Amino acid sequence: MENLLWLIPALPFAGALLLILFGRRMPRNLVAILGAGSVGISALITLLIGFQFLSARPDFYVQQVWTWFDVAGFTPGIAFHLDALSLVFVFVVTFVGFLIHVYSAGYMADEEDFARFFACMNLFVGSMLMLVLADNLLLLYLGWEGVGLCSYLLIGFWYKNPANGYAARKAFIITRVGDTAMAIGLFILFQTFGTLNIQAILSEAPQTWPIGSQMAVLVAFLLLGGAVGKSGQLPLQTWLPDAMAGPTPVSALIHAATMVTAGVYLIARTNVIFELAPAAMLAVAIIGAVTLLIAGCTALTQYDLKRVLAYSTISQIGYMFLALGVGAWSAGIFHFMIHAFFKALLFLCAGAIIIALHHEQDMRQMGGLRRALPVVFWTFLIGAASLAALPLVTAGFYSKDQILWYALAGERGNVWLYLAALVGAFITAIYTFRMVFITFYGEAKTHVSHPPGMVMVVPLIILAILSIVGGFIELPHNFAHLTLFSDLLQPVLPGIAVDETIGESEWMFQLLAAGVALVGVFLAYLFFYARRTAFEESIARSSLAMAIRQFWFSGWGFDKLYDTLFVRPFVYLANINKNDIIDSVYNGLAAFARSVNKGLSQTQSGIMRWYMMGVVVGAILILTISLLP
Amino acid sequence: MILAWILIILMAGGVLAWIAGRLNTTLPRWIALVATFACLCMTVYLWIELPASTDAVGNWIMRFQTPWIPQWGISFHLALDGLSLLMLLLTFFLGILAILTSWREIDTKVGFFHFNLLWVLAGISGVFLTMDLFLFYFFWEVMLIPMYFLIGIWGHENRTYAAYKFFIFTQASGLLMLLSILGLYFVHGYSTGVYTFNYFELVGTSFAPEVGALLMAGFLAAFLVKLPVVPFHSWLPDAHSQAPTAGSVILAGLLLKTGAYGLLRFVIPMFPDAAQAFAPWAMLLGVIGILYGAILAFSQTDLKRLVAYTSVSHMGFVILGVFAFNELALQGVIMQMITHGLSTGALFLLAGFLYDRLHTRDIRKMGGFWTSVPKMGVIALVFVMASLGLPGLGNFIAEFLTLVGSWQANNWLTVFATLGLVAATAYSLRIMQKIFLGNTANHPALADLSLRELMIAVPLVVLILWLGLYPQPVLNTARASVTEQLQAYTNPKVAEPAQAMLQTEASDSLTIHTLKGRTYEPK
Amino acid sequence: MTNIPMEAGLLLAGILFTLGLISVLIRRNIIFMLISVEIMLNAAGLAFIVAATRWAQPDGQVMFIFILTMAAAEVSVGLALILQLHHQLKTLDSDAANKMFG
Repeated sequence: MENLLWLIPALPFAGALLLILFGRRMPRNLVAILGAGSVGISALITLLIGFQFLSARPDFYVQQVWTWFDVAGFTPGIAFHLDALSLVFVFVVTFVGFLIHVYSAGYMADEEDFARFFACMNLFVGSMLMLVLADNLLLLYLGWEGVGLCSYLLIGFWYKNPANGYAARKAFIITRVGDTAMAIGLFILFQTFGTLNIQAILSEAPQTWPIGSQMAVLVAFLLLGGAVGKSGQLPLQTWLPDAMAGPTPVSALIHAATMVTAGVYLIARTNVIFELAPAAMLAVAIIGAVTLLIAGCTALTQYDLKRVLAYSTISQIGYMFLALGVGAWSAGIFHFMIHAFFKALLFLCAGAIIIALHHEQDMRQMGGLRRALPVVFWTFLIGAASLAALPLVTAGFYSKDQILWYALAGERGNVWLYLAALVGAFITAIYTFRMVFITFYGEAKTHVSHPPGMVMVVPLIILAILSIVGGFIELPHNFAHLTLFSDLLQPVLPGIAVDETIGESEWMFQLLAAGVALVGVFLAYLFFYARRTAFEESIARSSLAMAIRQFWFSGWGFDKLYDTLFVRPFVYLANINKNDIIDSVYNGLAAFARSVNKGLSQTQSGIMRWYMMGVVVGAILILTISLLP
Repeated sequence: MILAWILIILMAGGVLAWIAGRLNTTLPRWIALVATFACLCMTVYLWIELPASTDAVGNWIMRFQTPWIPQWGISFHLALDGLSLLMLLLTFFLGILAILTSWREIDTKVGFFHFNLLWVLAGISGVFLTMDLFLFYFFWEVMLIPMYFLIGIWGHENRTYAAYKFFIFTQASGLLMLLSILGLYFVHGYSTGVYTFNYFELVGTSFAPEVGALLMAGFLAAFLVKLPVVPFHSWLPDAHSQAPTAGSVILAGLLLKTGAYGLLRFVIPMFPDAAQAFAPWAMLLGVIGILYGAILAFSQTDLKRLVAYTSVSHMGFVILGVFAFNELALQGVIMQMITHGLSTGALFLLAGFLYDRLHTRDIRKMGGFWTSVPKMGVIALVFVMASLGLPGLGNFIAEFLTLVGSWQANNWLTVFATLGLVAATAYSLRIMQKIFLGNTANHPALADLSLRELMIAVPLVVLILWLGLYPQPVLNTARASVTEQLQAYTNPKVAEPAQAMLQTEASDSLTIHTLKGRTYEPK
Repeated sequence: MTNIPMEAGLLLAGILFTLGLISVLIRRNIIFMLISVEIMLNAAGLAFIVAATRWAQPDGQVMFIFILTMAAAEVSVGLALILQLHHQLKTLDSDAANKMFG
């Protein structure tokens, strides 16, 4: 069965290839079947291999398809490596990817470029699968860049509007900045180990580098650079909100199943190197904590439904980074999986709303959709509850609680990280339910014209179920103590040691987290559902609040900062030098020659007596010089 | 003898095409196509037969030598190794594309055009084949003059200026190389008593350091101008943008490669000491070229000029890799020569297709073409991605190998070269954005690619994908010559880490690792 | 033969030469220019003769014969050119012949 491993990424690629070549001539149904079907079969194969993996419990499967190239002992292969970590990712990518594909068949039904859309989506899923299944870092890099390309193509899907094109370009270039750092990391790894095979590097790194050695820290930071770029973390997060320019299923795919989680995967995959670099670990945790706060605050102020979700993704990935940074590897991956479920759900619901309202994305134009779109309302509510981590019933609670707990009690955790995460949870609850209240309650402002069809509703329901049930495979150890998920990951990712002195009081912190979430929901209720009291109104309208809101609304001014720091100087430099200053040196040389020529040709006047004069003067000069002593 | 036949076919074909041009306009095209195709077939045949013949004569697959001017030690001496073979394949492949793309574009003096085209190809093949320095200089000039005519007669509006500039730059630098060749001839003659232009005898000559540096400078002048390296690049944007499509393809795809080839074939093995002393400066020039070319490319509004500056940027990688003196980098350089030939050639072809339809090269007058020409869009996308180094396409292998290799030689310069990848993204995506994306409102609908144009573009796509996913045949072919060029540099100090690398690799191929106490045993 | 000092002979030759030179430079009529050139040639010939007499050697006279023959050839070519010039431009002004700017 594991021989089928190569089919998992190959099928979406094959689908993409067929759609690129013949998609324009295919009937639309066939395009949808080919697009969704190829990913669906991949998901099935994943299930089959997954069952076998879970029953046989090997450490990993490896399948080499062919040697990519072989130069001076550098022999990366087109080879796939499946262990528990990749299995989780492959499962999420194929399964959630499949649901999004099915949904897209409904969502994009009226689009002109149906085939192009599915071709790119398949390519996207294929690249992501390549990324998570790669057994060497170069192949991983192939998937990594492939994902970047597909995000470019899909964000700019509606290419006729130049703004979409620019958003796409921004996404590609900013992630490329991170990729460049990662590439340099690969150079160092290759120089040190003579190979880019991940398992070989991971097994040799501890012998080569002592803990905290300079090289390990450097490599870890460079890899982190790549991860930060792809995952939309500080300081390379600015592309992600703009990426909302693409069709909504694309956003769902980017945010839930592919692309942004690639950074999380990379750090988890190379956990050995990060363990050797405590400074980098701390950096990961701090980046996660700061990002989750900044993005959370920004999400509070947005009015575009999709932008709220985009910032919430940045914030949730911040949680995953925080978990990875404190060494709670499996907690980070667990949150990744749960997040994939509920974020895909939220985006698909948002898509259903947007299409129902004729591509209206502004929440201020929505409202009262509870009655008009009941299924969407209930599924969105489930997703929102999971995102806000409402206690006990939602999957998000279990995964986020784990992170909060390890941020405090883990051996690398500390109070500050915990506080950041707690405040983040509070903000999350507020902005999530702000979204729910503004969109679904109140009076209806736009007429609903396109209620979603079955193709779109079924994926919503499946994802809603997963957003609740998904959490029950890993329960905190002070009640029920179920650890199916972390047991699965145990062979790949090291466990985390807990500070025993705080261990006693875990229930207290769980209550605190739960309380914070509920208070957040209540606050959202006060501000955005119930009529505001005068006091609340005065807070909301005060000039300080307005200024802060403006600042947060612009994403903390990062766009402007980068614009003045990097983009403008580059463009300026390019424009002033458009005609190539070096060329003018040569042109100057030519101009000099020409002017000398002009001067000398003046002497060729054609008047014979001048020539005579020249001869005489010359003769006199020569005579004088030769007669001088 | 087959090597001589290649040159004879091209030259005779050229003369024949010229004469045939007096009869009608289609005949020269067919003559040129058949001649080039015959050469391609011969080279492919040599390539397929290669494994049998490599072991027999070392690195040299084939040699042909006959005296020419024996009293001065000049002979008509051709030889073929893996590197030359790859370059010949590229030459004839792009040659065919150039002929096909001129099929409709060129309608004046058709016979003379194809004469020039074939003679340029002959000159280039000669440069790649000859192992006699005098003959090398001869072919170096042979490829120059027909190119001058190609630009000057069939070029765009500013063709005379561009043709002059091209001629003066390459001719002046070529003369410096001639001085160096003569210098080498006499130095070798004084020290051994044998006056010869034979490459194989000259290659081992030892000099006083200053003499070596001076002679190398002459060769470098020719090759760096041809490559081109900033600050000697300024002929290139003019020549590329003014030449007809076929001329641009040959310039970018082939003429630039003769510079890289010269560095690999002559500078590296002949002047090991001088080259090592010069290496940091050369690498610096390479990095400056990468970044400078990229910034300039970003601001251009003339499509062909833009692509020309991307060539400057990409050729920076070549010189960076050449002067890293290790196998990884040199293999990367050879890959870069081939893949850049294909990808930039393809971009120029696309510019030609667009010019056919729009009669402008100004990208400010383009936009939103995806709607009407999706096939062209897909193909452009592939090559835009190739030029920004997307993995899975040939250029990535080239750039990655070059950078991995140059990292071993110089960390900081490699970091800056890697930054060039970001700049490459910026200018490459700009091509896509300005031409194919955006609003269509004020543009007429274009006709999508015709069958002939697809015949030109599709093989390029297939090749660049193949080189990106399975470049091993190319790397194998080049391996022997790369090791040969590097012979002077493989001293024990360098060999040691290579050995260690091989050992880890050996254990890799056994695929048994002990991992945290468990056995690493792939299924 | 009275002894005329060589200096006097050379001085005469020098004066003749200078006169010829000046008139070449200032004359615009091309025939006068030709005549002036002849004067300069003869001045040089005179200098040869004086020197030959001084050293009692025949070389100077040989040279003078050379100059004579050359002058004859030059005059014939020069006159032919002048005729052509007159034919083309209807003038004997040498400055009018600057149509080709050198």
